[in-house]
Amino acid sequence: MGPPPHIHGRGLRGLAVATTAVVAAALALVFFYAPLDSDQGFVQKIFYIHVPLAITALCGFVLGGLLAIAHLRGGHSRWDLRSYVAIHMSLIFAVGALITGSIWAKASWGHWWVWSDPTLTSFLIVVLLYATYQPLRFSIEDPERQARYASVFAVVAGAFVPMNFIVVRLAQGVVHPRVLTLTGGHLPGSMRLTFTVSLIGIALLYATLCKLELSAKRSRIQLRRLRRQLLGEDAVGYARRSAAPS
Amino acid sequence: MRTVAAILRKDLVLELRTLETVPAMVLFSLTTFVIFHFALNRATVAGQLAAGILTGTLLFAAMLAVNRLFVAEREQGGFDAFLLAPVDRSALLVAKALALFVFLAVLEVIALPAFALLLLGPSLGRPLGGLVILLALADVALAVVGTLVSAIAVHTRARDLIGPIIALPLLIPALIATARGAGPLLAAHGATLPAGRWLLILALYDLVFALLAYAVFDFLLED
Repeated sequence: MGPPPHIHGRGLRGLAVATTAVVAAALALVFFYAPLDSDQGFVQKIFYIHVPLAITALCGFVLGGLLAIAHLRGGHSRWDLRSYVAIHMSLIFAVGALITGSIWAKASWGHWWVWSDPTLTSFLIVVLLYATYQPLRFSIEDPERQARYASVFAVVAGAFVPMNFIVVRLAQGVVHPRVLTLTGGHLPGSMRLTFTVSLIGIALLYATLCKLELSAKRSRIQLRRLRRQLLGEDAVGYARRSAAPS
Repeated sequence: MRTVAAILRKDLVLELRTLETVPAMVLFSLTTFVIFHFALNRATVAGQLAAGILTGTLLFAAMLAVNRLFVAEREQGGFDAFLLAPVDRSALLVAKALALFVFLAVLEVIALPAFALLLLGPSLGRPLGGLVILLALADVALAVVGTLVSAIAVHTRARDLIGPIIALPLLIPALIATARGAGPLLAAHGATLPAGRWLLILALYDLVFALLAYAVFDFLLED
């Protein structure tokens, strides 16, 4: 007998409802409440999507590294699955942040890509690094080794993220609008409220999508195990080699 | 320490007898200088352009060594032998990083004069001391990150591809510091010493990655 069956995705519905509510509220605030920026006008509103996407993606990359540490210390594959999902979802959010950032750069600076901006540039380096996470996993056949090596990668890359930002910032002047400094910058109160709600909305979206992917992956793994128990080892072939933990 | 010395000696003797890696890196670098000459259509380069060509070429040449670093261990059972031996596993990391450092140093002893001869406009003599310090710190970065990535990549199916695509983004901060530090050195009537902040960034990068590699390396050997 294998372990008892679990109900996957418990709490997913509540989380999804909360996400929908907060994202809807954030969009309403963005379009009807937040004031138009005096220099940049309407296009500045992409800031409420772009910056939360970038912050969530970076935090997700670091989270993936922390989960990978848990995997390396404890050796249980469920931590590897969590680390995988965190990095996978962060990569999607990061590509979203690059695209929205590019649109914003075109609108406010007149170019799709601006090398002189350290935040955008270091973000691209981080995306290029994490884009190798899936190819690395895919090219290791043994699942246990795949999980271990992927965790080593996640730890190293997670530590690389903050260091990379420091170095690139030192190397270039600052063009990026620094609206979010530790002291709060000079963001008007209504903009700050809208931004905070957007950030919470995007973070909740990240959590929901991670949970959804986790439960889908776990259900599939459990389904394979049950079929193997029911039909015998030979009737169910091994999972196709994949980049995801299986 | 004795384990490190033994593995390092083994690697250096192996390289001396087969002459596989370092000559290939040297040839690669020379060819790349020629390619840059034709691609840029310039007889001489100076300043940031020269620094970019030099650091970029050395970075890509280092990738050749990174791809080869653990191949003998994997193909001829060196990993198993090492795991059977009752020695500290970090010794392998230290020894391989030292070997890679030596390869890079030898490469630069040949490639730097060749670069001065073929492409560099201003004289190399004046900024040589500063350049040596800068390149030594950059070599530590290449050696540490290269060894770590090579140990990851050697067990993958497409190791020649996986190694560089992971190592290159990881090395971008080190490349930024090296290239920007070397730029003023290679300019006509330029500086003799690189700016302190680039040396500081490189030293910090070396330290962080050395500690990281030391922390995670054991997990790459478990079997």
